[in-house]
Order: sequence, then structure tokens, then C-alpha cells
Amino acid sequence: MEHQVVEGSKPVTVPALDPTITARGVNVFYGDKQAIFDVDVDVPRNAITSFIGPSGCGKSTFLRCINRMNDTIPICTVTGDIRIDGEDIYDPRLDVVELRARVGMVFQKPNPFPKSIYENIAYGPRIHGLTRSKKELDELVEKCLEKAGLLKEVKDRMNEPGTGLSGGQQQRLCIARAIATRPEVILMDEPCSALDPIATAKVEELMEELKENYTIIIVTHSMQQAARVSQRTAFFHLGKLVENGDTRQIFTNPSDKRTQDYITGRFG
Amino acid sequence: MPEHTVKSYEEELSLLDTKISRMGGLAEHNLAQAFDALQRRDARQAELVIVADHAIDVLERDVEEQVIEIIARRQPMANDLRHVIGALRITSDLERIGDLAKNIGKRAAAIAEVSHPKPVISGLSQMAELALKQLKMVLDAYAERDAELALKVWRDDQKIDATYNSLFRELLTYMMEDPRNIGLSTHLLFGAKNLERVGDHTTNIAETVFYLVRGEAISDDRPKGEDTTMARLAEHG
Ligand SMILES: Nc1ncnc2c1ncn2[C@@H]1O[C@H](COP(=O)(O)OP(=O)(O)OP(=O)(O)O)[C@@H](O)[C@H]1O
Ligand SMILES: [Mg+2]
Repeated sequence: MEHQVVEGSKPVTVPALDPTITARGVNVFYGDKQAIFDVDVDVPRNAITSFIGPSGCGKSTFLRCINRMNDTIPICTVTGDIRIDGEDIYDPRLDVVELRARVGMVFQKPNPFPKSIYENIAYGPRIHGLTRSKKELDELVEKCLEKAGLLKEVKDRMNEPGTGLSGGQQQRLCIARAIATRPEVILMDEPCSALDPIATAKVEELMEELKENYTIIIVTHSMQQAARVSQRTAFFHLGKLVENGDTRQIFTNPSDKRTQDYITGRFG
Repeated sequence: MPEHTVKSYEEELSLLDTKISRMGGLAEHNLAQAFDALQRRDARQAELVIVADHAIDVLERDVEEQVIEIIARRQPMANDLRHVIGALRITSDLERIGDLAKNIGKRAAAIAEVSHPKPVISGLSQMAELALKQLKMVLDAYAERDAELALKVWRDDQKIDATYNSLFRELLTYMMEDPRNIGLSTHLLFGAKNLERVGDHTTNIAETVFYLVRGEAISDDRPKGEDTTMARLAEHG
């Protein structure tokens, strides 16, 4: 029996046109334990890229390199080169607070601030000085909630706590919060894993709209979700990038045997 | 290939192959029986073939339902996705081959009373042999996931086409010699056409097998045998 898929030591990558993010030779260590090995990856603009791979393979770790969240973990060291629009984000002169405004993040568990719905959104733009007046801020808050498909549901309860919303609404609130600072990139780490199918569909619909203006990366354990929402897919295994290319190709005819075994449910 | 972590999924996929192989076996058998009935002018056997086609239709529906269920419940990906879509396509080609065997059975029943011209029958039997051999090979290619063998089947279809074309000419000549031959010759011509169509469906299966194994379509150009009924007619007319 023959098979076209191979198990290579070199990752199979199809270059992305017009990448927003380019990573080269990225290694990440927790203490002396290495979690990411020599990863090269391009993330295309105005598209959704999904990161998939078995638990513990380093998806979240790699994602956190992109907005330097790993800086907050004392034992974590990152080496290599990561650029956003050509700018080295590990340049010591770079303002990390500003970087995190440019690179928004949405987490697995919705984590609204223990403040009002309004304040959840207004907080970021205010500290980054993005608006000049109360009226402008009000408008921005409304626009973000509208974009996140939440405005109708919350417009009469703007002063109620964000934590009082349902899980799905909270997640969309977090997405609204993430886009309020007008980021270029949105990182989503399993954003739907706690949501029901309807709430998931709403988030996916939102991502689809957002991709017109943003570069989005989503980490997901659902192969169907990756296949549904993303244009590019990167498969990680044991801290290495195994394959990165067109989503259609990865889910119909992957090049590396490990990718095929993973997405078809044949792993270990 | 390693097995699925979920055993029942693995079993469902292999059950699909079992059904396809059973269907393929039936199609082969019916085609052989139909041609044999035609050759031996055995009307009873021809009737049996016509009735036997039902079992193939039942299997086709069964495979279809199972594929739909797998897609709905398992959402197959990559090679598994190609496997179930391939099974669906192959099953429909096999069903068509079954119909063609049935048609040959009908022709056989219709002309069992009349004696057949020898050279034409020998040409037909050459075609039937080729068609059966190709069908058997493509079923093996599927069972073994052998893309090279599928490619060979795909290329060899031109032999059937070539035989058909020469047979066509022969029957035409025969009809022109004596108009009383027209009735019989028409039946035989349709029989030959049915065999040629079997070859086409076999070729479709070969394409599916190739895609299933390699994840891409067959790309080289098939040497096309001279096809053209119309051109020939014009030449003779
Ligand atoms: N804060 C940390 N301190 C030490 N080791 C860590 C830390 N975070 C992650 N690791 C280790 O790094 C490796 C990659 O973990 P990571 O969380 O990036 O995986 P993941 O692909 O996101 O997994 P999951 O799908 O389960 O979320 C694991 O071996 C993990 O134990
Ligand atoms: Mg993670």
C-alpha cells in the first residue's frame, strides 16, 4: 500500500503572501525545559490562521510570544525573531504596553473585568488615550459592541457588571474589548471551548467579519472549527511546527503524516 | 497506517470497503453472466441476470446511507474524507455497471432465438473479456489502495474503445450486406455500446481510486482511441 504523505524532519510550509507577522527561529524555554523549537511561521494579513496540535505541544506558548505575554512568566525565555509589519517586537526600545494594544488577546475562559459592561470596553481606549471626549468614547464603546454582535443584547444594561452576562455574551464582550484598542492582530486561545454551538457560531461569524480588517490567529482543539473558520492552518507537535499551509489543503490532503494522523484522530 | 483512536470509526470505514467489494463482486459476476447468456443464447440465464441486478441497487443505497451517516457523525477529514467520498462515487459507478449488465441481459433475452454471426461474437467476446479484466483490476486497485494500478486501468481503457470502434465498423458492414441483419446487429451494437460504457465507468472508478490514494487528480492526458460514431457513419454513408 502506498501513501503520498511523508514524515519529514523539515516542516512543510507554504509561504503566506503579505504576512503581518513573521517569526524566524523562535525558541521558548521554561527554565531549562524547551517548549518551542526553532519555529518559522508567517501569518497572513486580513485572514484567519488556526494553530492546531495536541495538548501541550506549545500553541499557547507560541501565541503568547506574539504579544510578549510570556514576559510576565519569570522563568520563560524567548529567543529568535518575531516581527509585526517588519518591526522587531523584541526590540528593547519597544513599548510593551503599546504592543499589547496592537495585539489584542481573547482567552479560553471569558474574563471580563469586574466592572460595568461599558467600562469593560472603555478601559483600554481610555488608558491608551484613543478618544478625546466622552461622546467619542461612548460612540467607540457602541461601535465595538455592535461589531461584536452584542449591542442589541446589552444596550439597556450598559452599567450592569460584565460578569453578569452569559458565557457566550461574556466572550463576545471580551472580543469587543479586544477590538476597542484598534489592534492590528487578534490572538484567540480556544475562544469557544466553553460556549454552546449557537454562541460559537456567533463568535465565528464575528471572526469572519473581523478578518476584513484584522489579522487573526485562533488556537482550537476543534478540527471542524479550524476547517470552518480559517484560511491557513499551522500544525504544531512536540514544540515544533510540522506543517503550515492552506486550510483546504491541510484538511483534504495534508503533506505530513503526523498532520494526517492528528486531524483524522489516529494519534497515539 | 495507524488505526483510529476510536475503534468503532475504524470499523465503520472498513465495513464501507466490505460493501464496496461485495458490490464490485456482484457487478463483475452479473456482467460475466450476462455476456455468457448472450454468447450461448441462453434466455433463462439472461432473465436471472436481470433479476439479480436488484441486489446491487440495494447495496448502493446501503453504502449511500452509511456514507451520509459517517459524514454526519464523524466529520471525516483528510484521507478519511477522501475515502468516504470515494466510496460514494465508486458505489454509483458500480450501480451503473450493474445496470449495463442488466441491459446486456435484456439484449441477450431478445436475440436468444436468432443465430449470431461468428466474427462479430468473437469481437464482442474480446471486448467483454477486456471490460471484465479492467473491472477486476480496478476493484483490486481500490482494495489495495494502489494508485499505479488504477492509472494502468485508466490508460488501458483505450483498448476497449479501439475494440468497440472496429466492432462498430464490422456490424455496420454486416447490416449493409443484408438489411435482414439489421435487427440482430442493432441488438449486438447496443450490447457492444454497453460494454464500452462499462469501460467508461471503470475508468471513473480508476480516477476515484487515484484521487483517494494520492489526494490529487490523474493529470496526464489519456491517449484517446479513435472515437466517433458520427465520423464513421459519415465515412460509410
Ligand atoms: N507557565 C509555565 N511554566 C512552565 N511550563 C509551562 C508553562 N506554560 C506551559 N508550559 C509547558 O510548555 C509546554 C507547552 O504548553 P502550552 O500551554 O503552550 O501547550 P498548548 O499547546 O497550549 O496545550 P493545550 O492545548 O493543552 O492548551 C507544556 O509542556 C507545558 O507544560
Ligand atoms: Mg493552550
